[in-house]
Amino acid sequence: MILPLALSQNVINVAYLVAAALLILGIKRLSSPRTARSGNVVAAVGMVIALVFTLLDDDIDSYWLIAAGAAVGTIVGAFSARRVRMTAMPQMVALFNGVGGGAAALIAAAEFHRRTPEPGHVVEDAMGAILFSALIGSISFSGSLVAFAKLQELMPGRPVVFPAQQVGNGALFLGLLAFGGVAGATEVGGWMIALLAGALLFGILFVLPIGGADMPVIISLLNAFTGLAAASTGFVLDNTALIIGGTLVGASGTLLTILMGRAMNRSLANVLFSAFGAEPVAGPAGAATDGQTAREIGAEDAAVMLAYAKRVVVVPGYGLAVAQAQHTVRELAELLERRGVDVKYAIHPVAGRMPGHMNVLLAEANVPYPQLYDMEDINPEFPRTDVALVIGANDVTNPAARTNPESPLYGMPILNVDEAANVVVLKRSMSPGFAGVDNELYYNAKTSMLFGDARASVEKLIAAVKAA
Amino acid sequence: MSLLTSVTIFVLAVFLGFELISRVPTLLHTPLMSGTNAIHGIVLVGAMLIAGSADSTLEQVLAFVAVVFATINVVGGFLVTDRMLEMFKRRE
Repeated sequence: MILPLALSQNVINVAYLVAAALLILGIKRLSSPRTARSGNVVAAVGMVIALVFTLLDDDIDSYWLIAAGAAVGTIVGAFSARRVRMTAMPQMVALFNGVGGGAAALIAAAEFHRRTPEPGHVVEDAMGAILFSALIGSISFSGSLVAFAKLQELMPGRPVVFPAQQVGNGALFLGLLAFGGVAGATEVGGWMIALLAGALLFGILFVLPIGGADMPVIISLLNAFTGLAAASTGFVLDNTALIIGGTLVGASGTLLTILMGRAMNRSLANVLFSAFGAEPVAGPAGAATDGQTAREIGAEDAAVMLAYAKRVVVVPGYGLAVAQAQHTVRELAELLERRGVDVKYAIHPVAGRMPGHMNVLLAEANVPYPQLYDMEDINPEFPRTDVALVIGANDVTNPAARTNPESPLYGMPILNVDEAANVVVLKRSMSPGFAGVDNELYYNAKTSMLFGDARASVEKLIAAVKAA
Repeated sequence: MSLLTSVTIFVLAVFLGFELISRVPTLLHTPLMSGTNAIHGIVLVGAMLIAGSADSTLEQVLAFVAVVFATINVVGGFLVTDRMLEMFKRRE
């Protein structure tokens, strides 16, 4: 470009070093609540530096494609990020992740096409990286789209299972490795297309049997995949910024996936292969819930229970998020507090659709931070609690996780709401939660069910508490 | 750059990635996932490099879509993370 070749490459490499340092600093700051927001900004600055200096690269001799693509991408990205509701955040992240993986696969496809007309031009290690980017990027792309469709409820959130699924997926994956091997050895484009198409199919099949409750873990895993695919394009294009940025995400994303699984007491293998929640599971063996009935309660009676309680613990779940009831709930809590009721919120680590999602939603509704209690801190409080008000939470309150070794939830740490003196459950219907498991809490003698949309129910409670 | 240098960088980045987030509170899992999601948008660097040097129509089409996708990843990723973290800031 304007600068002499050697100089411009050095300038770019120094800029990449600065950018990498900022990305690292950004991730570091993102992992502590106090510095998280600035961490995101620091990482974004690092990204801008890497992108701007890439424009100086001597390989770039035309800017119009870059400008047009960046313009379209910026409009789409900014518009969707601004418009998305906080409740739909997890699927938005899945989409952004998917397109990142798609980009890596497209880069691999373009590089394969560019280099193969001249046999011998492709050095062996670059070919390996091209095939790896194509494979992992495509899996991440289609897998993320399925995760999006499941969370957006465009398709059933439940695991989709069919006979010989795991054997079939295993065979397909081996087939993909074979396609890749042949594509690399023969440098024939048809095999590359077979690899890309097969990997897209594999991404779909790999996410289909995974239930909605496990989707955050899968999105995190696919996030790590995209990171690795991006790093791999760095090997193809001999670019340090890509290698460092991609690998950081690949490694931290893998660890984050493991940490998330641990928060739900599930191993990664268990998440991937158990088709969690495929079969509706009854309550404890020998004490099936079929014959039992849940007790329904009216808003007035529930309001009296709340208004004359000393201690109330609100247990918010995804139902609250879907109904956009977070503001209404805060109003109810404030009303109760004015009557001298002690109100706390119990936040399960995986309440909502993702770890930490519920904290975000309640913060959006200005719920005071000191009122939010983590699972470890609130569980000892339940025996002293008069009313546990469960709003649209299900699986995270299911006592079967403690008591029924047959249950797929068994072993998951839960909120022990059944230890409270009374439990009021706000729920749309008796249908099982996202894990597809029946909840014996609803048949407990202490439990009363208030059916309806969470927001409408809470509004009725507010009116009734005012009258009480 | 030699392959060995690239592999060295890769291995060091793997260790660094693990170390960086080994003590992250659950509260931050979602924002952290979203933030790192934005960071792998660095793939835009690669998309730009191929878009700037594509000569056949096929490569141009692939590169253009790659730039669009990667830009959505970067711009959307950072903005959505910022919106999430904005919620935490108010409470301090």
